[in-house]
Amino acid sequence: MTLSGRNLTVNEPLLIEEKQEFAHESIWKVMLRKFLKNKLAVIGAIILVIIIASAIFAPWLAPQDPSKQVLLDKLSPPGEKYILGADNLGRDVLSRLLYGARVSLLVGFTSVAGSIFIGTMIGAIAGYYGGKLDAILMRFVDAVISFPSLFLLITLVTIFDPSLMTLIFVFAVFGWTGTARLVRGEFLALRSSEFVLAARTLGIKNSRIIFSHILPNAMGPIIVSATLGVGGVILGEAALSYLGLGIQPPIPSWGNMLQSAQNPQIMLGAWWYPLLPGFMILITVLSFNFVGDGLRDAFDPKINE
Amino acid sequence: MTTYIIRRTLMAFPLLFLITIISFGMMQMAPGDPTALMMDPMIKQENLAAYKEAYGLNDNVIVQYVRWLGNMIQGNFGESLIRQGVPVSELILARLPNTLILMIVSSVIAFLISIPLGVISATKRNSLTDYSITFVSFLGVATPNFWIGLVLIMFMSVHMGWFPTGGVATLGEPFSIWDRIHHLILPAFVLATADMAGLTRYSRSSMLEVLRQDYIRTAKANGFKNGTVIFKHGLRNGLIPIITIIGLMLPSFIGGSVIIESIFAWPGIGLLFVEAAFQRDYPVIMAVVVIAASLVVIGNLIADILYAIVDPRIEY
Repeated sequence: MTLSGRNLTVNEPLLIEEKQEFAHESIWKVMLRKFLKNKLAVIGAIILVIIIASAIFAPWLAPQDPSKQVLLDKLSPPGEKYILGADNLGRDVLSRLLYGARVSLLVGFTSVAGSIFIGTMIGAIAGYYGGKLDAILMRFVDAVISFPSLFLLITLVTIFDPSLMTLIFVFAVFGWTGTARLVRGEFLALRSSEFVLAARTLGIKNSRIIFSHILPNAMGPIIVSATLGVGGVILGEAALSYLGLGIQPPIPSWGNMLQSAQNPQIMLGAWWYPLLPGFMILITVLSFNFVGDGLRDAFDPKINE
Repeated sequence: MTTYIIRRTLMAFPLLFLITIISFGMMQMAPGDPTALMMDPMIKQENLAAYKEAYGLNDNVIVQYVRWLGNMIQGNFGESLIRQGVPVSELILARLPNTLILMIVSSVIAFLISIPLGVISATKRNSLTDYSITFVSFLGVATPNFWIGLVLIMFMSVHMGWFPTGGVATLGEPFSIWDRIHHLILPAFVLATADMAGLTRYSRSSMLEVLRQDYIRTAKANGFKNGTVIFKHGLRNGLIPIITIIGLMLPSFIGGSVIIESIFAWPGIGLLFVEAAFQRDYPVIMAVVVIAASLVVIGNLIADILYAIVDPRIEY
């Protein structure tokens, strides 16, 4: 009796505490829960983890050296010796796909990091200060957006010679405009909010208001645009490499594998080969898009669970 | 209305001006100077200096820019560095019809496939059909369209022999309209896939917006057949916002033409551009880039004006 009585008195405040904890659940936990409810986003995230892991561990996972040529085995169909077959120079396709994932993800992540940085800076300055500076910066953004992306990319690549570094640079320097518009919009909306006015009244420096007060509130859309941006860059890199203006052989990339697939010998004798790199691009970009959409919904307070 | 059109048109000029500055700036970043590509490497220093003086390469950058801009406005894009003596404008004009045909036909294909899909998706909202169409358009956004082209060439042309693998017409045969169409089908379809996904999703949401309106409910309550309501009352208004999309589709169409023309060896502006990129033929590259960007600006302008004309609710 006394034992159960004591239990009751002990349990009651505990229950209340639990409820309070639920009410104070961090915003990140709420978002994670919302994100996990979106099945497509979760599947996309799992696929991405697998692809990223296999890119990182490519040297250990790849059954062969991706540039080792065994001419006798050229165009071998998928089978025991070559799981996904061999290409027209007798190189193991699976190994090349694994190393190709490294190139695609490296270009995607690094250039998006660069373009998000540039875009956030310009968007934050334009949106926070407004006025003439904003007008000038935004007209510049309009002009850059008017160039169809492939034309701009190809022009820059011919000026600087195609290489991994050039590609990363070109995608970073070109890809920031969308982020700049987005961040500017967020800053425009937030700069007249109460907490910013309060910070100003307290005499806090502009740079501090921008980075410590407003920016954290704009992180959601920035993360979403970064996620979708990586997929876009992977598509762009594949297109450039396919044209022969991106990653140069012998470094394998999904795009230049497709370029070498445009060969009558392969088209007639190894129909499965052109399907593989394209399929990898497709599922990678699709996963990034699903995750991006899932994050967008998770960050959107208007969408309820 | 007229003031809106004038104001909107005037707004396009600073943008075009910035585009020329950015393009000229990129050209200045190119390593070496044009004489290095044009001249015999054994040329004497005095002669080289004379050439530079004659071509105005010793002038101040701003003077060079103004001269370039002035020439360009008059339709003079300079001469090709590789095909010496051939004006760039001549090269572009020769290729322009092929690109226009490809773009017009593929935009018609894109509209004919996407708008009905979007309408079906909207009218059967949350059904299996709707989900399948949405999923396929998700796939479409993530699929590189040059890969679709490659796979179609492999199966339809190389294996089945149904379509030619490339070009505008069969070599050495007299002109025939069927031969032209036969060559056009695959590239036009593949170029259309670039925008089909976006267009389907766009027409779906536009149609959903319209179907929610009171007058649709009134029409239904008055006993009109479902098909009549959707197509006669709904689609007419649902199509209005799609007009703006034509302007927004232009950049991806022009960009897509680069890659589609390369796959199908279609001798248009896109292929000219890629060839010029490989040969470092900078005058051709710059001319195509400036024209492409200007077309995008003009496309957006036309879309905005059309939108204002078609939708009387817009105030100026």
